[in-house]
Amino acid sequence: MKTTFRYALRRSLPILLGFVPLGLAYGVLMRSAGYNFLWSGACSFFVLAGSLQFLMVSFLTGAMPIATVAVMALLLNSRHIFYGLPFLEKFRAFGPWRYYLIFGLSDEVFSQHCDYRPTPGVDEKWSFIFSTLLVHVYWVVSTIAGGLLGALIRFDTTGIDFSLTALFIVILLDQMHGADVRLPAALAAASGVVCILVFGAANFILPSLVITSAGLMLLRPRLEREAA
Amino acid sequence: MELNVGRSILIIAVCVLCTLLERALPFLVFRGREVPGAVRYLGGVLPMAVMATLVVYCLRDTAFTSLAGFAPQAIAVAVVVGLHLWRRSALLSIVGGTAVYMVLVQMVF
Repeated sequence: MKTTFRYALRRSLPILLGFVPLGLAYGVLMRSAGYNFLWSGACSFFVLAGSLQFLMVSFLTGAMPIATVAVMALLLNSRHIFYGLPFLEKFRAFGPWRYYLIFGLSDEVFSQHCDYRPTPGVDEKWSFIFSTLLVHVYWVVSTIAGGLLGALIRFDTTGIDFSLTALFIVILLDQMHGADVRLPAALAAASGVVCILVFGAANFILPSLVITSAGLMLLRPRLEREAA
Repeated sequence: MELNVGRSILIIAVCVLCTLLERALPFLVFRGREVPGAVRYLGGVLPMAVMATLVVYCLRDTAFTSLAGFAPQAIAVAVVVGLHLWRRSALLSIVGGTAVYMVLVQMVF
């Protein structure tokens, strides 16, 4: 268990690096909108989705109808629909903990799950649980810290958000390193760039994932042959 | 500013439910039955595709209209990839790339 926790902790450190400034910024933003650290902490605890939470600040301060809030929340996070697919069968074997793992399936947690490699002494189920818990704790604690003392921070953190970009690049490189086929990554990247040009940077991700999935289905005979 | 506590809680609850619904959707659709071969195949190839999409997502605001709009990202991405292919240490690649990016956006561009 100790080995498993250390394994999850070590791999989650880059997320901590990225979440501290992001959580601080969120706590500060919420406070400036009139919501103290209890509100921002509760949002981080229950929503656990960075981009939606930033958008929620405008929901909270605006006079938008609740139906509009629901539609915008669904659209912004629609990529999450895809995140369960690789783990459909795995989570079934994890017992009641699977409900927590599904609840916590954010971008960063998904990336940790994708990065899991069977390692001696490491329990797969608990590694998934610890990864989710650690990311959850990082996010809630840094948010509360931002709400409490964000205004005191003087260190210029501009650009530190690149750590999450770097994390995703590193995980992608590791996936490609051990893979028989690399076409899925190339297809997704090409589809992403084209969709940004067509739909704009704010709305590209859902059409891009739909097109990528359709392309992957068309390529299924070829990819399954190459991976075999 | 006067907070409307009831409305605030309602908005947060709606966002929690919408997020949870999307994360749970594939599990609800395939609950209690065999996962079809096509979905299992998609689940196998999606992680790599989603990570590539998330990288594009993180870099989506890159602009090619000015040097400052793309050079820091391009250099930092090259540093991350270079470090990682060289040493294969996730922490080194991430900390190194982030440090280079911070110096570039704060002091150079």
